[in-house]
Amino acid sequence: MTTAVPASSAGASSAASPDRAARTQSPFWRNMRKFADNRLALASGVVVLLFVVMAVAAPLIAPHDPNATDLFRRLQPPAWMAGGEWAYPLGCDALGRDILSRIIYGARISIFIGTAVILVATTIGILAGLAAGYLRGWVDTAISRLVDILLAFPYLIFAIGLMAMMGPGLSNIVIALAYKEWVIPCRVVRGETLAAREMEYVEAARALGAGRARIMWREILPNILSPVVVVSTIRMANVIILEASLSFLGLGVQPPTASWGSMVADGRAFMLEAWWVSTFPGLAILLLVLSLNVASQGLRDAFDPKFHD
Amino acid sequence: MTTTTLPRPDTAAGDRPEPVLSVRDLRTAFKTSHGIVRAVSGVSLDVYPGECLGVVGESGSGKSVTFASVMGLVKKPGWVEDGEILYRGRDLTRLSDRELRALRGKDIAMTMQDALTALNPALTVGEQILEVLRAHADDLPRGRAGRAEARRRAVEMLDLVGIPSPADRLNEYPHQFSGGMRQRIMIAIALACRPRLLIADEPTTALDVTIQAQVLELIADIRARLGMSVVLITHDLGVVAEHCDRVVVMYAGQVVETGPTRAVISDPKHPYTQGLLDSIPRLSDLSHPIRPIQGQVPELIDLPPECRFIGRCPKRTPDCRTGIDMRPAGPGRAARCILVGEETEA
Repeated sequence: MTTAVPASSAGASSAASPDRAARTQSPFWRNMRKFADNRLALASGVVVLLFVVMAVAAPLIAPHDPNATDLFRRLQPPAWMAGGEWAYPLGCDALGRDILSRIIYGARISIFIGTAVILVATTIGILAGLAAGYLRGWVDTAISRLVDILLAFPYLIFAIGLMAMMGPGLSNIVIALAYKEWVIPCRVVRGETLAAREMEYVEAARALGAGRARIMWREILPNILSPVVVVSTIRMANVIILEASLSFLGLGVQPPTASWGSMVADGRAFMLEAWWVSTFPGLAILLLVLSLNVASQGLRDAFDPKFHD
Repeated sequence: MTTTTLPRPDTAAGDRPEPVLSVRDLRTAFKTSHGIVRAVSGVSLDVYPGECLGVVGESGSGKSVTFASVMGLVKKPGWVEDGEILYRGRDLTRLSDRELRALRGKDIAMTMQDALTALNPALTVGEQILEVLRAHADDLPRGRAGRAEARRRAVEMLDLVGIPSPADRLNEYPHQFSGGMRQRIMIAIALACRPRLLIADEPTTALDVTIQAQVLELIADIRARLGMSVVLITHDLGVVAEHCDRVVVMYAGQVVETGPTRAVISDPKHPYTQGLLDSIPRLSDLSHPIRPIQGQVPELIDLPPECRFIGRCPKRTPDCRTGIDMRPAGPGRAARCILVGEETEA
């Protein structure tokens, strides 16, 4: 059959590069626009982005080498206090290292581990959750029981145990945290998949010959991505705290690499005479985690259908 | 109707072409906490090449389940107990999942009741058409040329179902279309691989009356152009009267009457069909009373062998207790009622 297609040449050119106006009409982007309308959430998102930029551009921004010691500046106070100087705005630690530079470099550890753990955990969680929720049967039983077992362990103690077994190191922290973290996205994905598999568009896809894999990836996954994004953001804040906790306990990143958690731990001994050593990295953790939480709250409000107008 | 000027399949039994789809004594059941519900019990029907078959019945009559069985889409806790589903001579009940999947969408396609929920909200309509093409169109070349060709066909399909500026709208999401347009898109997706048989499950139920007519005309028009067969599942006899060559009336999991549409509607043989026709309001004769059928469809659990319409039938006799098979009732017609034979004898 030869149907004349009007303006097919013009259409084909715009079709080759899908036009942006239409792209942004996708449900995901509509929700992101709603997110941008929430000023507080947007501001938090910007703060998170600033931390990311800081981490990426650390060598360009940091005023000093974060590991350069200077015993003459041992426990030097912040610039605005007596004995401080503007070259070292947040003061120095017990080895005379610039605290600001160490915070800037420490952001790399926090953000790298937060991102890596969430990426690994979300990938595993999506795969396992889709399989459990769509295939059901023994696959579901096996995955759900494993999830239940992992949930029964206290997170930090579990991570401490793993770190003690594997020894310190960046990749070991990621493994230790992702080991348990994946159950969170897994449960979200499984629940959403259970609901989505009953939708009529899934039935329609089956009626047109779609196989299991295609239904899971193309029909279900795009529709359940929003809650996964929201949960990932909330969990990233949590993972950052856990990394800081591990480093604080000396099981995380090893010295002299700067990590916010170990910086707080370093300052513990001098809390009374040099409060700034612990306080500023602590504030950095607080600010990043708070921003992530507020941003994720905004995401949830934007994505949750119950909050829609 | 102005569009359908198809040569109607010869209604006289005997010299018909081979049916595209032939269902024989199909039984589909669902396990529930109350017992086994026999949603389809012994349905037989044929769909001939190029014809439009109307399947009518109220909710719970088993019409949708019958065609879900044909598509192999009966979900747990339901299963096809018995029967043959012959598609061009192949028994679909004996095919593997993989073979059935290859058939679905390519040879037999189905559109769902509600176009508002049957399109994936997260994918553009173009992606949804391309999806089907990618799964089934073996003749597409690989790589860039194949993608361009698939895209060209998708645009062609949208154009075929009457979507204005189809190439641009390919990149839009379902929520950017009206209800009628979405129904058209669903038809376009179903027709993307040019199936021989289209099963349209209540294609107009969710639509305004004016849009209903457009969509039905579209289906009739495409049927004529592509020469495919259409099964129109509906509860609206008016739709059947206008668009279908033959009609199958279902009640409580059984076929109760079948025959050429015009004959069945002008002279229904089964009291249920008569009841359905009497319960349609007529604009031409407002004094004509609407007579609803009293009572409800029986629960399909452990039914006695008696006629299933017995509880609601105005013409019931003691003989109806014994139950009855389909009886011939004129050229190409049959009905499941003991009165049918008696009338002819009288």
